[in-house]
Amino acid sequence: MSLISFLNQINDNEMDSESRDHFLGRKDALLKMTEFSKKLALAAIPLGVLSTFASPVKAQSTSQVIGVLNFALTLEHLENEYYKMGNSRSGLIPSGKDKDIFVQIAKHEQQHVDFLIDTITSLSGTPVAKPTFDFTVSGAFDPFNNYAQFLALSQAFEDTGVRAYKGQAPALKGNGPILTAALAIHSVEARHASEVRRLRGLKGWITQNNRGAGMPEATQAVYNGENQMVQLGVTVTSVTNVGADAVTEAWDEFLTMAEVNQIAGLFIVS
Amino acid sequence: MSETYNVLEKATNNNFSRKKFLQYAGVTTAATVAFGLVGCKKDSPVRVDDKVNLGSGDVGVLNYAYALEQLEAAFYIAVLNSAYGGMSSGEGLILEDLRKHEVAHRDWLKAALTSVAPNSVIPTLTFNFSAVNFSNRASVLATAKAFEDLGVSAYNGAGQLIQNTDYLVQAGKIVSVEARHAAAIRSMIASSNTSFAGDDIIDSKGLEMTRTPSQVLGIAQSFFNEQIDGSNLPVPN
Repeated sequence: MSLISFLNQINDNEMDSESRDHFLGRKDALLKMTEFSKKLALAAIPLGVLSTFASPVKAQSTSQVIGVLNFALTLEHLENEYYKMGNSRSGLIPSGKDKDIFVQIAKHEQQHVDFLIDTITSLSGTPVAKPTFDFTVSGAFDPFNNYAQFLALSQAFEDTGVRAYKGQAPALKGNGPILTAALAIHSVEARHASEVRRLRGLKGWITQNNRGAGMPEATQAVYNGENQMVQLGVTVTSVTNVGADAVTEAWDEFLTMAEVNQIAGLFIVS
Repeated sequence: MSETYNVLEKATNNNFSRKKFLQYAGVTTAATVAFGLVGCKKDSPVRVDDKVNLGSGDVGVLNYAYALEQLEAAFYIAVLNSAYGGMSSGEGLILEDLRKHEVAHRDWLKAALTSVAPNSVIPTLTFNFSAVNFSNRASVLATAKAFEDLGVSAYNGAGQLIQNTDYLVQAGKIVSVEARHAAAIRSMIASSNTSFAGDDIIDSKGLEMTRTPSQVLGIAQSFFNEQIDGSNLPVPN
């Protein structure tokens, strides 16, 4: 979808005044943005527009909910495309357990794409088109010829997905059925993450903010902030005998939409 | 292993259902006999008259989570206090992590509840694990799987009942760890290569099962000695 059509489909009247001012300022800025290269603009715009809805507010308009769902859809497109390419690459994924796992994960990602498109459409929204991806990040990775790299990026995508859905729960709070559906996707992503991590020889959960052995340094952003020790104002280690590492494992932390977009943006060409 | 869920749904608060719980959870006949015998022992008094009301609103939902985390923590403590024969070091590490995580959730929930609603925190609960044969790997793992899957479905179903955004975020932070646990336990059981996120708990839209508090408590009640009353909890719209 083009930037202009995306911007124009937003019904400004559905936003509260503060969001509208914020949004219109952003919209204006985006519309005037002529100096950027075409590639940079295309890469930044869809996600940037969505991130204007990132702040958790009390009353969610339908267009805000649609914005969150399109954000989720972008991530699901990314995962879906990644596993489709991986599963169809002969000789990449060992047959048997590994292939069975990735076929099952791929099935879920396709189901999530379909579900989100249906839901957005049922809300009279327009589902974002599937972006064009570059999973090599201009040649930095080679996931479809190197299984270790395929696994590493899979772990990064799944752990990002968990943090991304978690971060949007507040923005869906006013819509029970959609919040519940998002949570029901969120836990599936967590199951995927757990399985892929163990396939790589790691624990299924995240210790401190460690990305884990064999993970490229470029994936560290996926794990930053996972080492929270304070939950709801309570320093957990002060109320339990459980040690700090296990405490950080016991809570997964969220990422904001902007943080997720920065991570996912690495793999999005347009 | 979809039978686990079908039968869990039917479980009621009696000793018979505790035994059935594990029978259907995939335990062998021999193991069934063994835990049937264990089930006849009554070495701790069952506080049959004890009733615990979870309360209402967000505090009720937090108490609900606290009750479930107490259950999970007590279970893994018991598992590691009498490790089943043949527990591999890898399995031991996973079960030890699960114990730590659930204990941390339990202790934190108690502290958080105490700070926001000091007069409404439910007490420390006691448990009836007579249906579990702790010396039998299949019995232990089937129970762990049932508890972890139940926990995920409980948090997923409770999200929409929470008013306070910070509490909702907390539920989200914990539920994904429970889901990571569930996948790990399911992989240990290894009934199939895809059981970590099996079709028995994830529907054709890729959505995991959710349960209301009343569904969850109906299933979990047989493991609590106290009668857990969730009747004042919020209900889905």
